[in-house]
Amino acid sequence: MSEPLLEARDLTKNYGTVEALRGASFTAHPGEVVSLIGDNGAGKSTLVKCMSGVEQPTSGTLLFDGKPIVLSSPNDARDRGIETVFQDLAVAPDLDPAANMFLGREILKPGVLGWLGVLDKKAMRRQAKEHFTRFGASLQSIDVPIAALSGGQRQSVAVARSVAWASKLVFMDEPTAALGVVQRERVLEVIKRVRDEGVAVVLISHNMPEVLSVSDRVEVLRLGRRVARFKAADTTVEELVGAMTGALSHEDAA
Amino acid sequence: MTSTKETTLSTVSGETRTPLLKRLTGANTLWIGLVLLVLVAVFGAIRPDAVFQVTTLQFLLAETAVLLVLSVGMTFVIITSGIDLSVGSVLVFASVSSAMAMNAVSGGDATNAGWGVIGFGLLVALVSGAVWGLLNGLLISRAKIPALIVTLGSFGAAHGAALLLNNGSNVSGIPDRLNRTFGSGTWFGIPNIVIVAAIVTALGVLLLSTTRFGRYTYAVGSNEEAARRVGISVRGHLTKVYLLAGTLAGLAGFMGNAFFRVAVVTGHETDNLNAIAAVVLGGTSIFGGTGSVLGTVFGVFIPAVLEKGLVIIGVKEFWQPIAVAIVLVAAVWLDQTRRRARNQR
Ligand SMILES: Nc1ncnc2c1ncn2[C@@H]1O[C@H](COP(=O)(O)OP(=O)(O)OP(=O)(O)O)[C@@H](O)[C@H]1O
Ligand SMILES: [Mg+2]
Repeated sequence: MSEPLLEARDLTKNYGTVEALRGASFTAHPGEVVSLIGDNGAGKSTLVKCMSGVEQPTSGTLLFDGKPIVLSSPNDARDRGIETVFQDLAVAPDLDPAANMFLGREILKPGVLGWLGVLDKKAMRRQAKEHFTRFGASLQSIDVPIAALSGGQRQSVAVARSVAWASKLVFMDEPTAALGVVQRERVLEVIKRVRDEGVAVVLISHNMPEVLSVSDRVEVLRLGRRVARFKAADTTVEELVGAMTGALSHEDAA
Repeated sequence: MTSTKETTLSTVSGETRTPLLKRLTGANTLWIGLVLLVLVAVFGAIRPDAVFQVTTLQFLLAETAVLLVLSVGMTFVIITSGIDLSVGSVLVFASVSSAMAMNAVSGGDATNAGWGVIGFGLLVALVSGAVWGLLNGLLISRAKIPALIVTLGSFGAAHGAALLLNNGSNVSGIPDRLNRTFGSGTWFGIPNIVIVAAIVTALGVLLLSTTRFGRYTYAVGSNEEAARRVGISVRGHLTKVYLLAGTLAGLAGFMGNAFFRVAVVTGHETDNLNAIAAVVLGGTSIFGGTGSVLGTVFGVFIPAVLEKGLVIIGVKEFWQPIAVAIVLVAAVWLDQTRRRARNQR
């Protein structure tokens, strides 16, 4: 198999006395879909935050393209082509979908106006519209605040935003949790399409059939540690559930 | 508002976009503008002779200009879901230090000073406002002290410092030239001080609604954590917003000097509350994330019109704060109901 794109080794993360991660490891290869599964509170979201620069691990190392890196801010991850759909979505509810999509990456008007920081709202709206259409987010109107959208629509916007910018890797923390059947299928389609373009996708989901249908590999987190790795083709729902609940464990377990 | 018919974006055409006027002002702003219009119309209908007199209007505008400049800065602060209680005290500090600086470089009395001294006075006012704003911003964004407490502190400290500067008395010696041009001068009947306030307001409108700075202001107020996660420097932005509010308070202090021909150390204790009331009346949400400078303009004029109007039609002016209070609470209540309706979707 190819060299890992992103690798986490023995990450720990303490929130006060809470140990959210206790030596968690994780590997993502270029152009693969790898699912990260585990029970509620296993530390999946915390691990993703540590790998996307939102939180700093208490200890442990991150390797990107084989080289150790420190992600001290979300920008450090974004600059490397890593995007994230957070479990809480992290959208600005009072801004419209286009503004959210370009948040932190605004297009400015050319010339003097741009130098003064004037936004090119038209260009952003046009491009956002194209992206949303391409990634199948169905919205009634492009200029209502996100807060006026349904939970699923919000999630679609967050997914569309992340895949629009990711050039290397996308973390998706439960991107289908609030979605209806049609929208869920669309997101899975998007995941495959992004993978085919060579971008790695890390999917977090509690839906095992979904995990098995879309992933190349599965990594299992339990109590803040990686306890098992599977090739999606060679495993079953029973095996995954067994690993998540601790009925069987393969590696890293103390 | 928008059609409830579910369509995919590919079928969204230009027509389904919210109309321009609505997008510009927001529904709340439109209502507040209407309230203002109705007020003017009612007072105008009762006493057309008095209300539409040029001097009445001129006075109303000039008195409101200073508050308008403070409120423009306050609009940015409140949209970030912050608050700035210090603006009135910073105004006094800037006004006193600017007057004293002009006197100092004119050998003790700047009454006959020229443009150079006036320019220097303006600079001193802006810088002293900016310093207080920067201090507020740094304490709020770096030390993570709640804005309410930080600016409550600088509200007291800036006023105390202003009193210390001149032993608690007003500073006279404002250049005549400054007063004649900016203070009492007019341009086609419009007081010059009003033109200054109008320019500041127009710049504020543009800054908030067309620039990246404005967009980040909304984003930080709407969801600070989301702003951080998309790589916006939240701390830096908050610092800049309080710096802006402080600098505008400095400018307001200088405008006050020009208008009143004296730097007064009293009478600005409730400027902060008046500015907050104007901003909230204008449809800016006290919870952050939404609002407009245009709304604030309406919000500034509603109390002013009420005050003048009640006097003109012969109602005791003591009714004015009560009337403003009712409108204010109603405005926030409306905002709350709107939000609740929205969040239940
Ligand atoms: N900011 C925080 N402060 C304190 N404890 C936290 C914080 N974030 C996470 N934790 C704790 O860390 C542990 C792991 O949380 P995390 O959100 O990573 O779990 P998860 O695997 O994503 O769960 P879920 O499937 O429910 O989303 C939990 O016990 C949680 O209480
Ligand atoms: Mg989670």
